[in-house]
Amino acid sequence: MAILIDETKRVIVQGITGREGQARAKLMKEYGTNIVGGVTPGRGRQEVEGLPVFDTVEEAWETLGPIDVSVLFIPAPLVRSAALEAMDAGVQLLVIVPDRVPIYDVLEIAKAAKNAGARFVGPNTLGVLSPSRGVLGMIGGRAMSARSWFFPGPVGVCSRSGGITSSMTYYLAQEGIGATTLVHVGGDAIVGLPLPQVVQLFQGDPETKAIVMFGEIGTSQEEQVADLIEQGQVTKPVIAYIGGKGAKQGTRFSHAGAIIEGGRGTREGKVARLEEVGAHVVENFGDIPSVTKQVLREMNVL
Amino acid sequence: MARLHEYQGKALLAQKGIPIPGGRAVSSPQESREVAAEIGGPVVVKIQAWVTGRASLGGIRFADTPDEAAQAAEDMLGMQVGGFTVEKVLVEERLALEREFYTGVIVSDREQAPVLMFSSVGGTGIEEIAQEHPDAVASAVVDIEHGLRDYQARNLVRRTGIHGRLQRDLGGLLVKLYDVARAWEARAAEINPLVLTADGKLIAADCRVTVDDYAVFRHRDLGITFARELNRPPMELERIAYGVEEGDYRGTFYFIQMTDEFQQGEGVVGFHGAGGGGSMMSMDAVINEGFRIANFVDTSGNPPASKVYRAARIILSQGPIDGYFGSGSGVASQEQFHSARGLVKAFLEEPLTVPAVVRLGGNSEDRAVEILERVNDYLSAPVEGYKKDDSPQFCAQRLKALVESHTPPAEPPTGRKQPVAQRPYTFETVTNGTVTFDHAVCATCETKICVQECVPQILSLNEEGCPVLNITLEEAKKGRCIECMACDVDCYFQGSGGGFVELPIPGLEAYREKRGRTG
Repeated sequence: MAILIDETKRVIVQGITGREGQARAKLMKEYGTNIVGGVTPGRGRQEVEGLPVFDTVEEAWETLGPIDVSVLFIPAPLVRSAALEAMDAGVQLLVIVPDRVPIYDVLEIAKAAKNAGARFVGPNTLGVLSPSRGVLGMIGGRAMSARSWFFPGPVGVCSRSGGITSSMTYYLAQEGIGATTLVHVGGDAIVGLPLPQVVQLFQGDPETKAIVMFGEIGTSQEEQVADLIEQGQVTKPVIAYIGGKGAKQGTRFSHAGAIIEGGRGTREGKVARLEEVGAHVVENFGDIPSVTKQVLREMNVL
Repeated sequence: MARLHEYQGKALLAQKGIPIPGGRAVSSPQESREVAAEIGGPVVVKIQAWVTGRASLGGIRFADTPDEAAQAAEDMLGMQVGGFTVEKVLVEERLALEREFYTGVIVSDREQAPVLMFSSVGGTGIEEIAQEHPDAVASAVVDIEHGLRDYQARNLVRRTGIHGRLQRDLGGLLVKLYDVARAWEARAAEINPLVLTADGKLIAADCRVTVDDYAVFRHRDLGITFARELNRPPMELERIAYGVEEGDYRGTFYFIQMTDEFQQGEGVVGFHGAGGGGSMMSMDAVINEGFRIANFVDTSGNPPASKVYRAARIILSQGPIDGYFGSGSGVASQEQFHSARGLVKAFLEEPLTVPAVVRLGGNSEDRAVEILERVNDYLSAPVEGYKKDDSPQFCAQRLKALVESHTPPAEPPTGRKQPVAQRPYTFETVTNGTVTFDHAVCATCETKICVQECVPQILSLNEEGCPVLNITLEEAKKGRCIECMACDVDCYFQGSGGGFVELPIPGLEAYREKRGRTG
């Protein structure tokens, strides 16, 4: 098993005729994702990468049948409308790749998702990848790279940084440790599926034996993961690294979410809270593979 | 900046009908005197700066007469606080306080919604007050779809033990505060203190409003020219960098200057990260080796070579750094040769005189490192490229070794310049760049590498064997030319040198001249 994406999920790309949409549709298809079509208003009846393009998501649904996932490659100011359209049509999982989506637009999407019982990853996400089964978004960049970097195994990987999602999984792979699924939750302050929710999904996935997490300064996501561990809702081992040692209060470091505001969201606070509930917090990023290996050996998984 | 000054925030409150004290912001003692005279009574003069505890810094003063108000302004304008030069003071009527409250709307990542907070005890040190008097504080999640209803606000106030008319008035004001936050898309909008005056009026005595950086484009009326969260005003180079980012939506370019005061030999390096998490991790690695960093930069999200070039030029326009450190997550999904070309072009033109170590791990890393290291044939300083199996720690150690063994030249050598073309063929790019081919030179070129390596394949050879566009000038300008820099960098390395791309960075030359770094 894996979470969020596998070879059975039927996927469309919103914004499939754009520069990124086109390139990433190709990547996803080549990696084995079951892409069934795409949507761009005003471009219906065309084809991209051999896939049919529709004017609206509803039309795609009516023509192709039920759609499980939509991946959005849409300019930030238009994301709200596109996301609402997909959920209205019945799509239950969205992957919102673009960054710079206004925060109140994300709040509106979050509310609509709640109403519809749908979920979304992102915004500002590199996506989700289940090794050898499928990819949503742009993790790996090229199908060939993704195949050579990642392989299936017992670890669930989640991260607030896109690049780190790939590198963490790659360095684990170099130590012989494969992954069930990689999730980049997105770099923004508000994301649809933050770390605590992803960790809960991994908890419910029988193939995932341990969870590796890259956190960073800002937001309360890591503290919420600690709460879940404390409450016994997450019992699988969590190996975590928290970035941002050199960061300053009040200054944002790239990610909109990476800002310490009013003394909240500090690295020290997150590390202390996670250690308190028994998570394995590593001081050096490079130690993640060895600590994970040790944890898995103790569980007789490796 | 997306964080507003007190006087700017108050203007928004007033627009939604929240009472604010009479007065206005001024930038001279004379104006301060005039405003105090208009008010015609005791006033308070406050520095406009994003620092907490202004009173203890001498940033808030009472004045009973216009002369005293002028004196206060005189003392405060030009004051240095928290990296700030005070440029404006706010002169306002002094309020007769009966009671102080706190209220705020903050976008909560935990709730994925705006959260409204109210405290029946307000004033400085609200965090401590909240801890000491938990009963005085109430909060409620606002439904973004329906907004904040009047009765919800009143119930919130009720939970802090306030009843009757005051509850009704506060409830009404809280609804207006939510309207402010929603209308201008504030990540935070706080009034502290919210004052009840002796004659029973509610007035916002101070406020703090931070607008979402990503929504600034919808609020031109705010006049925000620098939508970046910093705890001080932007430096000149940061403004120049912001201009680059604003004009080019492809990929991300983030630049923060950490220090501007250092000398050669003090171990300060230029830092060029890629990807938020990877940048932070790499920054930690280079700091662990004993370096200080002059700046934080992140170019990621598949930026074109031109953007990486501009970032590198800006990094190298800072003070006399001892080295250049580039590193990202290590396993980038983007094609890394774009970044390599951008760096090479910047290093050649500068020219780079200090060691550079760049970790280019990820897609097409072999090609990226090959392009990068080729620059060593043209520079006096060593440039080393690394890949995904080289850790940030190892790369930082390499930089340390190179910096220790390298002596920068006393006289800076001249960098690569745009050659004067005899028979120029030119077209413009999407960021106002100009691609020039000197067909007199191109005709003699044996490799025609530009046509071969052009990523979007928009170049063809004409009858004479010279590169020309196979699309229209308009299409190139609209973005079909992605500024991959192959016709510049690869031509310089492997062709006849007939191709050059000029990429302007508005304000940079003037800045460098001022700082004595021409070239």
